[in-house]
Amino acid sequence: MTALAVEALDVHASIGGSKVLQGISLNVPSPGFTAILGRNGVGKTTTLRTLIGQVKATSKKGGTAPIRILGHDVAGWPTHKIIRLGVGYIPEDREVFARLTVRENLRLAEFGTAGVGRNANYDQVYALFPELKQRSRQSAGTLSGGQQQMLAIGRVLLADRPLLLIDEPTKGLSPKFVSEAVDVLERVRETATVLMVEQNVHVVRRLAQQVVVLDHGQVAHAGPASELEDESLVRRFLGVSQ
Amino acid sequence: MSTFVAITISGLALGAVYFLVSSGLSLIYGLMDVLNFAHGVFLTLGGYAGWAVAAHMSQQQGWTFIVTAVAATVAGAAVATFTEVLLIRPLYGRPVGQILVTIGLDLALVGLLEGGFGSDSRSIAVPAWLTGVTVTGPERIPNADFVSLGTGLAVLGALTWFLRATRYGIIIRAGAENRDMVRALGIDVGRAFTIVFAVGGAAAGLAGLLNSVAFSSGLIGPTQGDTLLIFAFIVVVIGGLGSINGAAIAAVVVGLVQSYVSFYAKSGAGLSQLGNMSVVIVLAIVLLVRPRGLLGRIA
Amino acid sequence: MNSPVLDKLKQRSVLRPVSQPPAAHRTRRIILAIGLAILALIPFIGLSLPSWLLPGPVNIVNSVGTLDVLALGFIFAVVALGYDLLFGFTGLLSLGQVLYFALGAYGLDITLSDWNWPLVPAILATLTAGLVLALLLGAVSLRGTGIAFAMVTLAFAQAMYYLIEDNPHNLTGGDTGLVVSTGRLPSALIGVVSTRNLYWVALALLVASYIVVSVATRSATGKVWLAIRENERRAEVLGFRPYRYKLASFSLGSLLAVAGGMMYLLLVGTASPDSVASTTVTVSILVMVVLGGPGTRWGAVAGAMVYVYLQQYLLKIAAEPSFASMPAPLRVPLSQPDFLLGVIFVLFILFVPGGLSGIRLRKGTRGQ
Repeated sequence: MTALAVEALDVHASIGGSKVLQGISLNVPSPGFTAILGRNGVGKTTTLRTLIGQVKATSKKGGTAPIRILGHDVAGWPTHKIIRLGVGYIPEDREVFARLTVRENLRLAEFGTAGVGRNANYDQVYALFPELKQRSRQSAGTLSGGQQQMLAIGRVLLADRPLLLIDEPTKGLSPKFVSEAVDVLERVRETATVLMVEQNVHVVRRLAQQVVVLDHGQVAHAGPASELEDESLVRRFLGVSQ
Repeated sequence: MSTFVAITISGLALGAVYFLVSSGLSLIYGLMDVLNFAHGVFLTLGGYAGWAVAAHMSQQQGWTFIVTAVAATVAGAAVATFTEVLLIRPLYGRPVGQILVTIGLDLALVGLLEGGFGSDSRSIAVPAWLTGVTVTGPERIPNADFVSLGTGLAVLGALTWFLRATRYGIIIRAGAENRDMVRALGIDVGRAFTIVFAVGGAAAGLAGLLNSVAFSSGLIGPTQGDTLLIFAFIVVVIGGLGSINGAAIAAVVVGLVQSYVSFYAKSGAGLSQLGNMSVVIVLAIVLLVRPRGLLGRIA
Repeated sequence: MNSPVLDKLKQRSVLRPVSQPPAAHRTRRIILAIGLAILALIPFIGLSLPSWLLPGPVNIVNSVGTLDVLALGFIFAVVALGYDLLFGFTGLLSLGQVLYFALGAYGLDITLSDWNWPLVPAILATLTAGLVLALLLGAVSLRGTGIAFAMVTLAFAQAMYYLIEDNPHNLTGGDTGLVVSTGRLPSALIGVVSTRNLYWVALALLVASYIVVSVATRSATGKVWLAIRENERRAEVLGFRPYRYKLASFSLGSLLAVAGGMMYLLLVGTASPDSVASTTVTVSILVMVVLGGPGTRWGAVAGAMVYVYLQQYLLKIAAEPSFASMPAPLRVPLSQPDFLLGVIFVLFILFVPGGLSGIRLRKGTRGQ
């Protein structure tokens, strides 16, 4: 039986009074690459945020919903504690620190790895993203969207993280950067379990082994990625323009 | 014209004191969204700590002031740390509550001081050179002004170094931009909160001592910090919330305006408080023209 | 109350319903009415009570000392109501209400004593001046939001303090302050009998203020204030211009402070910078409102009464001979009302966020 990197059971979540998640159950196999798909506003980002504790996960009756990450029961844990289990999170808008330099952004990620003196592999990151090395003293706010995405990805790759939660990595990127990102993620797939939210079906088809489709805050469909070959499925859950 | 230089240096020295206070306020607000009204009392307690320590030393040697200053700084840092741990942390997620609790703390501590010391001021013992003046040509500049100015510059340098080069400095700068993302990188921002309070408190304590020595004839009273705090708030708003450099610039502007207007108005219409009021007018103008302050982000 | 404003709000469900179940409403009304009746009759109650119960030096309920304290409570309740409007209902953390309080006290004094006006024109002039100033200063202050607004109001209040201290044209008496000259006051308000009459006038002012605030907060405008408090940007998106509503709230709240200041002058007879213009007053008002529970109107009144009562009471205790024999570490903190009130305030914030009113009310009927 494959290990599970993420187990969540019937998770509900509200943001600002409106119910976003209405009973999400997830089992993310490890190793593996699972993609979360769905139209805008169905709760994909909120799902990730709930997993890392940024949004409160409640059960149907109002208590805390059970969530296990990398074998640990993380219900009610503060975000930084969950991350320190070995989780890497790349948010939807990259959220790099604009007024820090590229290098400082990376150093910040280093501080967050469990245990002082953990070997942060800057060389590996710079090898993957040579542009980051060139611009290491540049203010992150002056980078282009694609470069910021490289930085956001590079941040989590600085140390070995068994689980990566990635939110729409190709959003707003030019085709060149999309292709670069996909290449990197393919490599990452070999060493980490990935749970990725993505709207771009082509990217998902190339990378994912499992897919989970959300609709109205619930899981509408879950299965192997090969099912995405079925156009009618894609149209039903994701709308026409794929 | 001969007093112009003296007034200018006095204004800069005052600006240095304002900077010491407002840098802490700005850091705390920038990182934690907390407006710390107890900052004034950190100031006052720093002054009292200095008074208490200085009273036990012979002021014959010139270096005793350093010990006094250290005492003031440590006192400020200690009170600030207790405040953060005991009062601010439990109120995490309730920003208005955090602000209110600092107001309550201010009320309680000032009340306590007034009970213990009465409304009379105490005189801080300092070495002779500190009360003297330096005479250069036609100018007679109080040495305390130099000390104030020098300290302000030193702290500006130290703070800048701290924020740029140290681990927690980077965490604080990042946290001021986006606290949640810092946590999402696995960092416990809570420790940074305490550090920022402690640093702010240290600067405030030191400012309390300098304010007494340089601008209050060596006297320290229970409400001294609160009076100064209002000017520090004005400096922070003019400079822009969350910006240390903005605070530095605004502090200089406010210190100079206050000094010039006070001096020239006194000799004129006899409105001794005009200097203080002029600062408020500057604030009003800045707000009308540029609501988020000189270097601030969203107010 | 049917209005397009309300309908708009209800449609977008910005607010949860602010009404309470009718039974609780009625009970509260009855309690308020009874309380009011008792208060109105107090000057006739010559009961003698044990000295530890009353704040004044004489142990009779309707003694001058007791009436004075109660009237002072009414006055601050008026100011607190105004502040509740600003802070509790509209979410504006103003730290400069004392400016208007001082304006009321000094303005009335100057028009009555220095300019020798009759009472009614003096009152009207002071109120008008207060309104004009509130609109002017409010317009500037509200350019900043949240924290900047708070600090600007603080700065303006401090400027007022300085202005008063400076004694321009010898109007304000500087540090020593002013004493009201009774030449123009109706005889009912002067002399020995005056305490009773002043008591009733203060009570009447409180009732009037309460009604005004009630009407204002229950009106359509009041709902917008609540919306602004919850989420200003959302209110903007719904098509309201928050600035106007905030300015209205600010002006009304400040007017109440002016009224309170004028009443203060009539009751106490003197005004000085430290008694009516210092930030301590602002902090006291803030504490009253928070202790009582922001956004509940009667919470502000209760908070003010409790605060003033406690303060006077503690001062009285501290002056007693038995107190002086206590050891210093105990005696010093306990003799300082500010210290005790500050500690109570902190404890309330930590453990009783809803204030006094929060202890009674159960679920969020205040829309918080």
